[in-house]
Amino acid sequence: MLPVEMAVNGERRRGVVEPRLTLADYLREHCALTGTHLGCEHGVCGACTVLLDGEAVRACLMFAVQAEGGDVTTIEGLGGPDGALSTVQDAFREEHGLQCGFCTPGFVVSVTALLRENPQPTEIEIREALSGNLCRCTGYQGIISAVERAAGAAQ
Amino acid sequence: MKPAPFEYHAPETVEDACGLLAEYGDEAKVLAGGQSLVPMLALRLTRFEHLVDVNRVGELGGFARENGTLVVQAATRQRVMEREALVAAAAPLLARATPLIGHFQIRNRGTVGGSLAHADPASEYPAVAVALGAELELARRGGARRRVAADDFFVGTWTTTAEPDELLVAARFPVWPERSGFAIEEVARRHGDFALAGVACAVSAGRAGIALFGVGSTPIRARAAEEAWVAGAAPDEVAEAAVRELDPPTDVHATASTRVRIARHLVERAVVRAQEELRAAG
Repeated sequence: MLPVEMAVNGERRRGVVEPRLTLADYLREHCALTGTHLGCEHGVCGACTVLLDGEAVRACLMFAVQAEGGDVTTIEGLGGPDGALSTVQDAFREEHGLQCGFCTPGFVVSVTALLRENPQPTEIEIREALSGNLCRCTGYQGIISAVERAAGAAQ
Repeated sequence: MKPAPFEYHAPETVEDACGLLAEYGDEAKVLAGGQSLVPMLALRLTRFEHLVDVNRVGELGGFARENGTLVVQAATRQRVMEREALVAAAAPLLARATPLIGHFQIRNRGTVGGSLAHADPASEYPAVAVALGAELELARRGGARRRVAADDFFVGTWTTTAEPDELLVAARFPVWPERSGFAIEEVARRHGDFALAGVACAVSAGRAGIALFGVGSTPIRARAAEEAWVAGAAPDEVAEAAVRELDPPTDVHATASTRVRIARHLVERAVVRAQEELRAAG
């Protein structure tokens, strides 16, 4: 067991973990932040995407001990402190960018990272950026519309 | 928590990392970006008693142009290769290959050295290294270093000539002449999937490099095609020469003959594009 300390959504978190515990499991089970979803657990589906030091990463493809000293933002950290939806979350709701909601946290985190780096993506750029997240309900069109709406809202 | 238990090591110097590899040998595995290793551990396709995480080794991050070489330290994130103007200027093929790797979330963690050392036959960087004539620099305990030509580094699926006690510390990409042309082309079912077939190529006056990927157990250098290209053969003739001796695998994604046909088409297209770029460079 190893000690680990990181910032999660702005809060210092300390834990003692097995090295094989993934960051995703740490967030869910040790921090009780179950908004980070686990689908495939081997880096394909993107449901567990979080921001590490501002960059979108798969939380199932790194170990919690590797996030030592890092700054993690999960889906819970994207909205306002009063529960207000972020621009991206609001756009997903407006455009029916979700149905069952399982994949949604990963999409919202990925899109948040995309729009920070590229505030006005083309449709092709949006599709490429979304290629690392799987959704089995929406057929993706609503999600793409949501990204376009969020980009427009931020303009 | 799916991987089998392991002991975790986070050295901060190359020497310490090499010391751990020397001590544990086959029982240890280097953990770089983890974007291939962690899934394999999660699926229990493999297991190791010791993981040596090189993400805290400061000297393994970064890149620099040294005379005629772009030296990329092994644990440099792939994402850096697509963002930095210096990389695009010194090794355009490396910069252009990067967006084809996985997805941006993967490239945020994945490293240049990790991809090379993992040596997946369908991955882009090994082919880029072969096409450009790169060298891989390996370190072992005590400070010993050696350089291996990319041509001699990849020996089979997920297999390289690096010894268990050696750490890949840098990839050295030669800077091709100002007047050169480059292209990388691949076909994948969806963006970010493993390529069914692909080719990386480079051309300058009197010199050409062509490496295919996804069509064998290693990146495949198409020497006959390179010679034909330098001798002035037409793109379709270069492509024909490149695939003449290919023997790609058949799997659920594509048959061998489909892969050959895709590869032939891609080589032709890449050669045309690289040739156009060379011409535009004067």
